[in-house]
This record gives sequence, structure tokens and C-alpha cells, in this order.
Amino acid sequence: MPYGPHTPADRARMLAAIGIDSVDELFQDIPAKLRASRLDLPGPVPELALAARLQDLAGRNRVDLASFLGAGVYRHYSPAAIDQLLLRGEWYTAYTPYQPEISQGTLQSIYEYQSLIAELVGLDVVSASHYDGAAATAEAALMTCRATRRERVLVSRAVHRHYRETMATYFLGGGLDVDAIALVADGPAAGTTDLAALERLLADPDRPVAGVVAGQPNFLGLLEPMAEIGRLAHGAGALFVAVVEPVSLAVLSPPGAYGADIAAGEGQPLGISPQYGGPYLGILAATDSLVRQIPGRLVGLTTDLDGKRAFVMTMRAREQDIRREKAASNICTNQALLALAASIYLATLGPHGLRDVAALGAARAAELEAALAEVGATRLHPGPYLNEFAVEVPDAPTVHRRLLDRGILAGLVLAEAEPDDPTLADALLVCATEVTTSDEIARFADALSGVLRGRPPIAVEAGAGALAGESAGAIPELSR
Amino acid sequence: MVPSDLRYTKDHEWVRLDGANATVGITEYAANQLGDIVFVELPEVGRTLSQAGVFGVVESVKAVSDLFAPLSGPVVEANEALAGKPELVNSDPYGDGWMVRVTVSEKAEVDALLDAAAYEALIAEG
Repeated sequence: MPYGPHTPADRARMLAAIGIDSVDELFQDIPAKLRASRLDLPGPVPELALAARLQDLAGRNRVDLASFLGAGVYRHYSPAAIDQLLLRGEWYTAYTPYQPEISQGTLQSIYEYQSLIAELVGLDVVSASHYDGAAATAEAALMTCRATRRERVLVSRAVHRHYRETMATYFLGGGLDVDAIALVADGPAAGTTDLAALERLLADPDRPVAGVVAGQPNFLGLLEPMAEIGRLAHGAGALFVAVVEPVSLAVLSPPGAYGADIAAGEGQPLGISPQYGGPYLGILAATDSLVRQIPGRLVGLTTDLDGKRAFVMTMRAREQDIRREKAASNICTNQALLALAASIYLATLGPHGLRDVAALGAARAAELEAALAEVGATRLHPGPYLNEFAVEVPDAPTVHRRLLDRGILAGLVLAEAEPDDPTLADALLVCATEVTTSDEIARFADALSGVLRGRPPIAVEAGAGALAGESAGAIPELSR
Repeated sequence: MVPSDLRYTKDHEWVRLDGANATVGITEYAANQLGDIVFVELPEVGRTLSQAGVFGVVESVKAVSDLFAPLSGPVVEANEALAGKPELVNSDPYGDGWMVRVTVSEKAEVDALLDAAAYEALIAEG
């Protein structure tokens, strides 16, 4: 079979074989007004012209910036082995195969991913992965409703806004409710989930709660009292969902240790480069008692007829292809290639390497905090953080824009992410990881000092000696 | 052979009346049709079933089927043994493979159930 599109002659033969005149006739059952009208695409261009056009578009990307942006997606050193291995033909598909057991290697890679993540989060069962952290979190929330037969989920306001919005979208059709838990406004716990507010929401006898969702670290970078949140949730008969950042689990308590029933999170920090819109990797794990509620594929280990080790798709009766409309979700696929990237990342670094990554990030962030404080930008919240925190600056959107002119991507303007929260009106959410250099931190502090004191920017020569690839030389060596 | 002292539904559940309570399970015919049963999800004690409503799920190696309540009423007991040994539904469908015990709340619903002869005729039709 030729590996290319059908020729007009091929199409004519196929149409003749089924006795119709045009491909459009195949779609006549769809009402005309629902069919796409003509797609207004530009005509074909020569390959060289197309390459030049894409080069031009790519050239508009700012690759010269010192970036302190995190907010759910983090820059990390990615061992070269990852990209090299992902390109192998044996792996190069986003999907679990339709006749899965014939692809033992693919199933084994997914099994290894599940095993590594299970160790990281301290829970029994890990799905073969989901689209991204937001989707995994929304699925986790749905699991709590199925398991408890209740219809209301509470989510901390310090869970990423995109995740909360995705949850609301997933809940829309099912008649399920999501209520936000307020954050502590001031004092030592400012910026973390308000436990008193949580208790009040849990106490409503007419609206029993299926699950409580909180992030660790939370969206503002702060550490939450997870054990206490879980205790309150369980006291009301609700399940507890922890939204986690996987690298942090090398140094923080895993969800299994503080009583979480489900862990969800974005797997991008595990060897997947930050890229606009993904594809990313949704991590979803649960206790053994919830195995029939976990959506998506699960790979299991068994023995074949000859007693040899074999990998299988397991618990398939939860899935759409068998259980139809009663399935645990509409997911019958996963992010196999990106799960493999995460597995290679974790296997390459090992537990000590991952701990170094997390610890170096925390050390860089402490260095950043001190440098920014020295020029007058102090932290907004007093509580402990790992590698991301909010800093107060007057007129944050303007400061952010002026820093961009000086070659600094000063994190996220919190007022744009959380416009309804007045406490975040004048703040930037900044982060550091092991790839953040002392030089970048010094440049940030210096530029911020200039902006705050109204000094004009020094012209930044974009493109000259500042290509993304060269920053690789500045990566701190990881001790092994 | 279909036990003559039980009542049945078209959905292949059986009912054993015992004073105010009724024990519910699935028939041997249903268990054979499903094949090896690997998981049974049952309602918690105290939940009130309504006749013909879904009260649980039975999962075999080849299919997942809903369990339909033959009678309305609160669940007074669920067969805990099935959590660890779902295969009891295959090996002893009318005995140790029972599923729930409910308090009968509508006597008329009992009268409307099939008797053994009617159920036997139903499965003979296939």
C-alpha cells in the first residue's frame, strides 16, 4: 500500500464502487447548516517559501528573555536522551495501540510510567496518563462524585484557575456543582486555603460534598496544610484530591502520606519542554479502593499461557468501548509518548537527581527572593514556599511590560490571572528552577530596580548571542 | 433448574421472600450468560431502592451489566463476601452469591414478579 494520500483516480474508483458521485454525498445525513462551509485556506506554496514563512513567524518569538515565569509550567533541564529516544519509530505515537497486547514494548513503557508515578505520589493505582493537569484534575473531581454518589465538589481558590475552569466545564453536563473555597486574606497563612471556610462549606447538610480539591504547592507557590484539609474532607465523608507538581514530590510529602485519596497534576516538569498549549501530560493516581472509578487506560502485569511475564490492558470494563454510556469517562487513550518522556526523565535522574532538581530550584528561589527584596520588591505572603512566590510591586502590569523591554520575563501578572482577588492586584508570581542562573537573577533585580526608580532601559540586542540553545551552558551541574 | 420457591424478574434477578424482607440475587442463567464474574458493586446499607432502578453493577471478564431492583425498599444488608469472592455469583447464584436484602415496602410489587414457571418459560424462549 502506498504511503500517501489518495489520488483523484483512487477516489473516483472508490466512489464508483459504492455508487455515488461525490464525497459530499457521504455527509448528506448531516443537516446542511451544520456542515462546514468552505475552509478559506491559502493555496499551496513551494517548500522553500513555506520554510521561510515559518522561520519568519518563529523569529517573532522572544528567545532572549531571562524567564521567571512558572504558573503551572516549569523550565527544567531535560537530558538529551529523552528527545533522542522519543524519536525512535517504535515509540513514535501518541496512542495506546488498538490491539494493545501485541505491542508489549509500548505496554511495558506505560507500566513503567505508572510504577514510577505511583512511587512518587505514594498511591496504589496510576492511570496511563491524561491530556494535561487540568483534565486530570477534572477527572479526579468526577471520580469523587461517582465514588460517593454525591454531586458537589469543593475546590480551593488557590488551585490553578485553568484547572477550576476545566472542572466547571466537565461538570456542566452532569448537573454537578463546583464551589470555591476562599483563601486566608491575611496573617501567617495568607494565600492558603481557608480551613474555617472549608469547614463551613462541608457543614451544609443539604448539599453533601463528594470531594475536596487543593494544590500542593498551591497556585501562589505556597505550601498548604494538606493533612488538615484531608482530615476535614474525610470527616464529612468526602474524598480528598491533591493537585501536585511532580518535581516537588522529591522533597515534599507525597499525597499518599497525608491521606489523599486521589492525586492529579501536570507532568510537564518531568522532561517535557514548556510549549504553547501542550501537548502535556496529565497525571492521575488513586488508592486501590478507587480503581474502578479511575478513568482512562491502565496497564497491568500478568503471566501468559507459558508462565512468562506479560503486560495487558487491564480493568477494561470501566472503559467506553465496553461499558458504553456508563463508562468511567469518555477517555480511551492516553499521552503515551509524553508519559514515556516522563519515565525516561525519572529513570535518568533517579531519586537523588530529582531531589537535587527540587532542592536547587528552592535554593535559586530563595536567592531570587533575597535579590528582589534588596531592590524593594518583597513577598506578598509570609508562609513557606518551594520555588515560586508572589512579590508586591506597584502597578504590576506596567512594571511587567517595562521589564520585558529590558529582557526580563517577570513571571505572571497576578491581577490578569485572578482579577477577582483584590489582594493580588499589585503582584507578580515569579519562579526559579535549577536552570535559573545567578546572573539572570542579578539582571532581574537590577532591571526591576531601574523600572521602580524610573531609569531608562539599556537597549537589549535581541538575537545577538542570546539564542535559547546557548543558555544550556549556564545549567548548574547536578550532583549524582 | 430454576428453584420453585423464588420469584423472578425479566432482568434475571431472583427474590426470596422472608417475612418483611426479601433477598435478591441474579439467576444461574444470568450468571452463565455473563461468564466469570470479577466484580460486584452493591449499594450501601440504608440506601432506598426503587423498583426497576439500577442498584448495582456486575462485571464479568466480557461485560458489565447493571443490576435492576426487583422491589422498592431500603437496603438492610449487602453481601460483603462478594467484595473478595465475586465468583460466588457463578458457583452458588441462589445461595452464597446473593447480593442484597431489602425491606419490602410495596406488597403489590411482589405480586407482580414472575413465578418459577413463568421465568423458566422466559429463558426457554432465549
